[in-house]
Amino acid sequence: MHGMINRAIERFVRDTYGREVWQGVTQDLGLEYTEFEPMLVYEATVTGRVLEALCRALDKERDDLLEDIGTYLVSHPNVEAIRRLLRFGGVNFHDFLQSLDDLPERARLAVPDLHLPAMELREHRTSFFSLSVNSGALKMEGFGRVVMGLLRAMADDYGALVLMEHKGSRERTEILEIHLADAAFADGRDFQLSARVNV
Amino acid sequence: MSKMSSIQTAPGMDILCPLHVVLNATGHIVHVGPTLAKILAGRPAVGLRFLELFELKRPRIGQTMEALLGVSGTKLHLQLRGAPRTEMKGVLVPVPAESGLYQQGGALVNLSFGISIVDAVRDFALTSADFAATDLTVEMLYLVEAKSAAMDASRKLNQRLQGAKIAAEEQAFTDTLTGLKNRRAMDYVLTRLIDSETDFALLNLDLDYFKTVNDTRGHAAGDFVLQQVARIMVDETRGDDTIIRTGGDEFVLIFAGITNEKAISEIASRLIKNLEQPIIFEDEACKISGSIGAAFSCDYGKPTQAQMMEDADKALYQAKNAGRGRHVLHRPD
Repeated sequence: MHGMINRAIERFVRDTYGREVWQGVTQDLGLEYTEFEPMLVYEATVTGRVLEALCRALDKERDDLLEDIGTYLVSHPNVEAIRRLLRFGGVNFHDFLQSLDDLPERARLAVPDLHLPAMELREHRTSFFSLSVNSGALKMEGFGRVVMGLLRAMADDYGALVLMEHKGSRERTEILEIHLADAAFADGRDFQLSARVNV
Repeated sequence: MSKMSSIQTAPGMDILCPLHVVLNATGHIVHVGPTLAKILAGRPAVGLRFLELFELKRPRIGQTMEALLGVSGTKLHLQLRGAPRTEMKGVLVPVPAESGLYQQGGALVNLSFGISIVDAVRDFALTSADFAATDLTVEMLYLVEAKSAAMDASRKLNQRLQGAKIAAEEQAFTDTLTGLKNRRAMDYVLTRLIDSETDFALLNLDLDYFKTVNDTRGHAAGDFVLQQVARIMVDETRGDDTIIRTGGDEFVLIFAGITNEKAISEIASRLIKNLEQPIIFEDEACKISGSIGAAFSCDYGKPTQAQMMEDADKALYQAKNAGRGRHVLHRPD
């Protein structure tokens, strides 16, 4: 698994629950390190073991934990860079949804060995979508839950009102149902193309 | 006013080319696209000559409309006159002969920011809506930001690895009991000095009576004495001198840049004097001394580590044979 993904989980735990919880988890697992290095690649099994240990330590269901990680990635100021890169995907939430198919390719442009789950959006009728999330390339279940948390937070970011449901998974493909109830429900957060805008 | 003047550009041009400019036959601006209008922020453009709004940096041509039409189809390097003097790229084409919309003899110019885009987006607070849907600018900005973030992560990794490497090297060059340098470090330092033709003095120092301390007071006392000896040597030398523990109670000191016999004699005497101060271990004094033999690189046409070590050793044995607790300098015959 790519260090970026492991590092994201680590940052989530440290920023949300504190260093002690994270150190407890690395000790429990007998890892020889306490920090994941984002630019290195780790063996595939370590991510699953970290998640299991986290569920035990936090007394949380795996699905809920994964969804929380997705929300964290968009909404926490310590990982603002991720939110900004995602916002480049579209000028509104509808536009952003349409960009999800390209997301793995966009990520690979920046970090060539970073593999993200393959996504495919279908619009069944106006404002009703389904998104399939295929984690086959990552050898790990449950990425759809991360995507769900991430989409909820992105909807808030754009100021859109969105209803979502996880429709289960088959052979590492998860289906999310998305209803864009109101694209301009609230103001949303400001986004400037330039990271350093003169005020 | 004719009907022509109210329609300044073809329908859709503002969407396809939001940075375009329409010129009439005299080279005056009759229309600017919406993004260019945003950049100008209310500055009047219509009615100005194109070359009053922009300076044409390359190709260098005259200021006439004829000259402009003469470089149609080629890349123009332009700079906005007036702050923030944004550089832009452009291409000009004469209006089609049969066009009813544009004035005969006029021209269309399309512009882009080129490499100044990152600053321009900041300076003019441009948004996705300011670029044509087919324009790759937003993708490029995404890439600039994504690559910077990735580069940042790489740089941090490199710094950490560099830190770990220095720590590992430091360890590999350090005698763990005393914190002095080890034999590997000595080889490294001597090679570097000899290769760079820097003169230096080499002192071999053996502790006297140390074996007695070890035998009668035990290894803990021996280790303690060695640590105190190391501290004395560090105190008596400069920061850039190199102090090496080569073996049990054997040390080498390297003084780069010192060729003066008197200076080395003084350092050697002072070292021995301080070594002879009783070292208290568990309320009992341990008494030792030291013998020193020295050699100077400036005494050799082409100094080698082996020859200098041998000569310094000879001097050291002379010092020991002469009764210990003293120093002898090796000098050429």
